[in-house]
Amino acid sequence: MDDEFTDIWAFLAASPLLWLTMTLVVFQLSLWLNRRLGGSMVLHPVLLSMALLIGILLLTGTDYDTYFAGAQFIHFMLGPATVALAIPLYENRHQIRQLLIPLLVAGVVGAFVAAGSAVMVAAALGADRVTLLSLAPKSVTSPIAMGIAEKLGGLPSLTAALVLLTGAIGCMLSPLLIRLLRIQDDRVKGFALGLSAHGFGTAQAFGISATAGAFAGLGLSLAGILTAFLLPGVAPWLPGLMWS
Amino acid sequence: MLQAIILILLCQLAGEVTVLLLGLPFPGPVLGMLLMFVGLLIRGETPPALKAFSDSLLRYLALLFVPAGVGLMVHFGLVARDWLPILAALVASTALAMMVTMVVLSALIRLRERRHGR
Repeated sequence: MDDEFTDIWAFLAASPLLWLTMTLVVFQLSLWLNRRLGGSMVLHPVLLSMALLIGILLLTGTDYDTYFAGAQFIHFMLGPATVALAIPLYENRHQIRQLLIPLLVAGVVGAFVAAGSAVMVAAALGADRVTLLSLAPKSVTSPIAMGIAEKLGGLPSLTAALVLLTGAIGCMLSPLLIRLLRIQDDRVKGFALGLSAHGFGTAQAFGISATAGAFAGLGLSLAGILTAFLLPGVAPWLPGLMWS
Repeated sequence: MLQAIILILLCQLAGEVTVLLLGLPFPGPVLGMLLMFVGLLIRGETPPALKAFSDSLLRYLALLFVPAGVGLMVHFGLVARDWLPILAALVASTALAMMVTMVVLSALIRLRERRHGR
């Protein structure tokens, strides 16, 4: 009986089906739990799913590569979803064209604050140079961020982790900050979410409204493109990086 | 439905290939999004099937980040090394960036509306 179970587990644990199904089930469970608890941000469905799945993997002694062999089918959809952001963007094109200059100005300022303040705070607290360089592009969607980190001389894999943490932190902080600043405009909420918390923020903005989602997609793309082109030029002048 | 999937994948493919050929610093899907946007501008409307497909895809956008998010388990060691400066930097900079963006954008929008209101 016990042997049989071990055999079945050995088969399942190695097949993509198990971890694909597990990811979907855990996410559905997290959505349900989050809704039952009144949409608490500390238990954001993505964070909750991440924590539960990491727990399950550690408990069953499964490594990340085995898990990803199944979960990659979900991960793959990120590319098409990025392309699909063009549709809400197009539907809101009149509003975006009207606000082009404000959006660009806010985008440049926001992207600069995101990178600059992260490096300054970490430098003041004594993080080492590699950490600082990996930290600079953390507000940008991960494929762009990893490319920038590599160019700057940081660690792309560390940057990937920091990008994820930034997204999660952004989602947790945003309801509080929106209330604090009494922001009522969905365009402003969405743009700030996409700009400072990339895809996580964009996903959250789609939960506010389709307009917020469209502006988040715009914020995400703008932050990515601006940071990719400007950060490698600006980074040497940031405090903490300048003297070493 | 099938046409919508083909259209989206073709845009992504064209984006990936162009990025590789020109060595651009941003990922293929972002360029794919730009291509799709330009395509829609030329066409002048969103085909209903495309709209339906993208709506359902974007409704589950959060789910798509879970597999990459679980990858955090691989980086525990790296993050643990400098955890205090990292956590402080991430919380402070994310909050600052979000607040500054919201304040600047709403101020500029208000300025514009006041000027156009007159």
